[in-house]
Amino acid sequence: MAVLTAKPPVRRSLPQGAARRAVGRNLTAYGFLCGALICFAFFSWYPMIREIILSFQSTNFVDPAQWVGFDNFRTVFADSAFRSAWLNTAAFSGLALVVGYAVPFVLAVVLNELRHAKAYLRFVVYLPVMLPPAVGVLLFKWFYDPGAGLFNQILDGFGIPPLSWLDSTSTALISLVIVSTWMNLGTGTLIYLAALQSIPGELYESAELDGAGLFRRVWHVTVPQTKLILLVMLLLQVVATMQVFIEPYLLTGGGPENATVTVAYLMYQYAFNFGDFGGGGALGLMLMVVLMVFSAIYLRVSRDNQS
Amino acid sequence: MRTTSHRRALSLLLVAGLGLAAASCGSDDKPAAQSSGGADAKVTITVGCEPPKSNPKERAGWEEDVTAFQQLHPNITIESKDAFPCINPDTFQAKLAGGTQEDVFYVYYTDVQKIIKAKQAADITPYVGSVKALADVRPDVKGVFADGDKTYGIPRNNYNMGLVYNRKLFTQAGLNPDAPPKTWAEVHEAAKKISALGAGYTGFGEYSAGNTGGWHFAASLYARGGSMVSDDGKSAAFNSPEGKAVLENLKQMRWDDNSMGTKQLLQWEDLMRMMGSGKLGMMIGAPDVVQSVNNDFQGKFDDYGVAAVPESEGKASLSGGDGYMFNPKATPEKIKAGLLWLEFHELTPGKGQFNYERAKAQGRPVGLPIPDLYGDSAPGKQIVALRKQFATVPVEHFTPYVTAQASITNKLEPPKAQELYAVLDVAMSAVLTRKDADIDKLLADAASKADKILAKNS
Repeated sequence: MAVLTAKPPVRRSLPQGAARRAVGRNLTAYGFLCGALICFAFFSWYPMIREIILSFQSTNFVDPAQWVGFDNFRTVFADSAFRSAWLNTAAFSGLALVVGYAVPFVLAVVLNELRHAKAYLRFVVYLPVMLPPAVGVLLFKWFYDPGAGLFNQILDGFGIPPLSWLDSTSTALISLVIVSTWMNLGTGTLIYLAALQSIPGELYESAELDGAGLFRRVWHVTVPQTKLILLVMLLLQVVATMQVFIEPYLLTGGGPENATVTVAYLMYQYAFNFGDFGGGGALGLMLMVVLMVFSAIYLRVSRDNQS
Repeated sequence: MRTTSHRRALSLLLVAGLGLAAASCGSDDKPAAQSSGGADAKVTITVGCEPPKSNPKERAGWEEDVTAFQQLHPNITIESKDAFPCINPDTFQAKLAGGTQEDVFYVYYTDVQKIIKAKQAADITPYVGSVKALADVRPDVKGVFADGDKTYGIPRNNYNMGLVYNRKLFTQAGLNPDAPPKTWAEVHEAAKKISALGAGYTGFGEYSAGNTGGWHFAASLYARGGSMVSDDGKSAAFNSPEGKAVLENLKQMRWDDNSMGTKQLLQWEDLMRMMGSGKLGMMIGAPDVVQSVNNDFQGKFDDYGVAAVPESEGKASLSGGDGYMFNPKATPEKIKAGLLWLEFHELTPGKGQFNYERAKAQGRPVGLPIPDLYGDSAPGKQIVALRKQFATVPVEHFTPYVTAQASITNKLEPPKAQELYAVLDVAMSAVLTRKDADIDKLLADAASKADKILAKNS
């Protein structure tokens, strides 16, 4: 790369021969890139393409697959759990935005304002992320236990009657959102914190000189300065939460009365419980299309951010 | 342009990468080469469900059996495949798709008909005539692996549902553990007394999530004489007085008796864990539950007993179990060799899984009334005698279950079992989590959904 630095700093185009030489000099880099591309092709793109194909096929993985057009889509449309799954997924994402989007930002602002024990508190906030998701979820299973669970014991301490948490159609979904928020809190907080720390200190100093208090500083300096990262995180949050699976799978099995069945969970049921990979593929494709819309917005936003 | 040439180079790499991946994934799973050798031609078969290394006693027994079998049949090599659990629904299809499915693969009864309908197992009808032991196997057990006049597998284990109960808790609650409940009214009474032992004690536990709720609904329904589907299998039949009785009974125990605890949405492991912890009085389950509670959930054999499912006198009980099927791509030679192994290891009294003398010497539990493959036939009597001779667990704890077998018929799971169980989870979870659940509506809704499922491709 040292050779490259000897070149003029700005060159809009290269003659044909020079381009070839430039590629030749970077062969090692391309070699590394090739490995990564093969891994992506093998583990990410191929399964994705296979899944799209599967959604239009009926297969038993023994005989050649049969093309069935939109039959798999019709099957999952006709399933009464289909509507519940989409509504629950949308509700989960919505609730996760209300709870899971605001909390890390507030936490990051508070951490950023702290003068002492910053590193320690950052570590404490990040700690849940290090816990394997299954462990975190099972920990909450105990917290939510209607009899001896931690949460009901706390409520009891305040003289509040116990809640059914996971066992009630009205509280089950929000209970899952709480678990999800807790498990992902650390990552969001750290990203926000990094964004906050890139804001020039002079802006805050000027604001302080103008007599702005904490809330005015946050509103007039922090929010405008982190607008893009907030938007990117919002989109990432939507994409991540719409794929929610592990929480309903481990905590509620989609119940009670389908109140926590999500698209990803239904997809799993079709593929692995019912042995209908076509139906599972159809659901996966529908989810993918929805997520692609959000991903496209995300890419657009991050491109604007870079420019 | 520099960027253009870079893009071109990248595109080439991308295409090459995709090509490589496609080449590695797209290779056809050609059927294994057809062997043209005679009866003694060398053949190697892969067999699933070798006990894992974490279970050294059973593993040692298996290895001993493989050696003994290979001495009897020097032309056959057994390649055992260690897996725990023996079958994982998540990997079954992937193994088939990837061509790594064993020649002789392990399967639960629940999945057998689904596998047959999907043509994911070999038709072994032309070869099973050589398995002499099959003549004595209970017809209903053989029927699990049959579709019309064709056979697709060999059973390894068979049982039907009963009532598993904690004898220690019965005694603590002032109940007689030697006289377990026979009716649901008696279950209610016992459950109330057990729950009254204190906080954390649950009289009766039931599933309602992850398809296990629907599974146990079927078990209770069969015991009451009900059916999940019509005789032709094309429509739901559980919206019946028997089905209603199942849900009303649970609703009463949950909300009127307060004997089912407050924690619901339980799935397979939850009740096992509760049983193992010694705080659960009763649950629907077969003797294998006791084995699991003892092996995996810190329970002690001595503390548990099994009786027939309440209200099941003279009626049917949902049967369960496991067995082996054959890879649809296995050659006739592999199928024949596999059948020889299965006859030796799974069907011969005193050998393989029925080698109770060895099991006792290894300190493994002997005496559970399962597997019951032969019923009252000669091999069945021989197995029962051997089990009694080498028993290491209190066999009398299972007497109520064994006695009831004479009048109970094994009843198979319904077609599209998992789909129907998923539908019935909704009804089960409703009555166990909502006091005002409308049972008539729940059953009507479930039946309507089940009709659609059964109508599809039936």
